[in-house]
Amino acid sequence: MADIERAARELREMDELARQGSPVHALHPLAKLAVTVAYILFTLSFGRYSIGALFPMILYPAFMFSLSGISPLDCARKLRVMLVMVCAVGLFDPLLNRQIMLSLGSLNVSYGTVSMITLMLKGVFCLSASFILAATTPIDSICGALRMIRVPDLIVRLLLLTFRYVSVMVDEVAVMTTAYKLRAPGQKGIHISAWGSFLGQLLLRSMDRAQDLYDAMLLRGFRGEFPYADMKKAGAGDAVFVLVCLLCFIFLRTVNVGDMVGGLIV
Amino acid sequence: MIRFENVSFSYEKGRPVLSDISFEIKEGEAVGLIGANGAGKSTLMKIMLGLLPAEGSVTVDGLQMSKENLREIRRKLGLVMQDSDDQMFMPTVFEDVIFGPVNYGLTREEAEKRADEVLGSLGITHLKHAYNHKLSGGEKRMAAIAAVLAMDPVYLLMDEPTSALDPANRRLIINTVRALPGAKIIASHDLDMIWDCADRVILLSGGRIAADGPADTVLRDKALLEANRMELPLGLQRR
Ligand SMILES: Nc1ncnc2c1ncn2[C@@H]1O[C@H](COP(=O)(O)OP(=O)(O)OP(=O)(O)O)[C@@H](O)[C@H]1O
Ligand SMILES: [Mg+2]
Repeated sequence: MADIERAARELREMDELARQGSPVHALHPLAKLAVTVAYILFTLSFGRYSIGALFPMILYPAFMFSLSGISPLDCARKLRVMLVMVCAVGLFDPLLNRQIMLSLGSLNVSYGTVSMITLMLKGVFCLSASFILAATTPIDSICGALRMIRVPDLIVRLLLLTFRYVSVMVDEVAVMTTAYKLRAPGQKGIHISAWGSFLGQLLLRSMDRAQDLYDAMLLRGFRGEFPYADMKKAGAGDAVFVLVCLLCFIFLRTVNVGDMVGGLIV
Repeated sequence: MIRFENVSFSYEKGRPVLSDISFEIKEGEAVGLIGANGAGKSTLMKIMLGLLPAEGSVTVDGLQMSKENLREIRRKLGLVMQDSDDQMFMPTVFEDVIFGPVNYGLTREEAEKRADEVLGSLGITHLKHAYNHKLSGGEKRMAAIAAVLAMDPVYLLMDEPTSALDPANRRLIINTVRALPGAKIIASHDLDMIWDCADRVILLSGGRIAADGPADTVLRDKALLEANRMELPLGLQRR
């Protein structure tokens, strides 16, 4: 299973992405965090059938991808599993609601189809925005930003450790599947009879390692604060960024740009 | 001074890993901690660092092991872990090396200066901006040592510093450790390394201290070592 090794590598690549230099990387973590949260809230607030109004929200991720130099394809590749899951959410809508909403020539589009597409778009947009935050901001800086806005220590600690734990666990899965494969040649995947012990082992091993990792942090003075995180300097640029983004979101939410453009064409 | 007085510990009830251990380690001493697999070397170090709660009394420079003193005690002790992968939790060497100093109150600039000094003294300046997961085993061990030295510990604790290293890297680590000033406590099966690096040796066996004395005496005691599943250091065999 080279898949799992690829997954381990991809996780590490996120760390590398987050340390590149670009105007987006240079923004203050708090500014990026605030804008990302605002973007997600605005995006989710669109109605089920407002596909035309929702679509222009693509501008934010599109703009941020090009500004940060991070490839949307890379994003899609890394998020493939999550994307599939998000898209699956709306899959039954077309079956449940077949009432025709509009007709484009001979093509009848039902309410269900529209709400499915709207849901998918929302999912893809929100995932992209979160990915951009994660790929341009080291996890410790995100945690530092959360602490700055007084998110409780325990929650932030959990977030950080979960992030670290996931990479430890993926590492362990890679090691264990290799060990398994070597002793079960020609077998695809892990036989179902071995799943129980495999999972048990995995949990024990990764918890042991996570404990060691957390110990290592404590031994070097970690107490749930992030003075060591690279926070950049907050500047006028950050304020402008937040302000402009918020104004754009409000504009896109209140003015139906999709219909306006549509009206111009028809 | 690190002082253990009648320290006992068990992970599971009824299976003591350490029983009634007492010893003292003075500032500046280089002590080798030896014993077979499972003798309790790593456990002893974890107790010293307050990672495991033990019976008996542990003091470091007069500070009794307790919740209030923990931070100050840990500041004096630097542990190089058995597995560098667990120790290097930040993505790059640089971030890892400044982690400790900044958490203990240095500014990033001061910490960077400290990092540069330490990396320079270990001869690994070129690794400063390397990603930890792309380092070789030897480089990773050197980086882990740098991260601990950057905290300027009074006592340096090393758990199996030469395990899983090729001969050249092993030699590099040995020479590095030898050259370090200050107190060192080194747990290892690598008796040649202990021979090179330690003045005093503590031998753990069956949860007790089986021997505690000058390296020159303990490491030459063939019968004692063999009774504890170890061999004379190679350097002493050809005679
Ligand atoms: N987390 C744990 N839970 C239960 N028992 C443990 C745990 N860790 C270690 N032990 C047991 O405690 C004993 C001492 O282990 P320890 O790791 O301290 O030995 P060691 O001298 O460091 O061995 P090695 O040379 O193999 O590193 C062993 O018998 C081990 O099985
Ligand atoms: Mg050990």
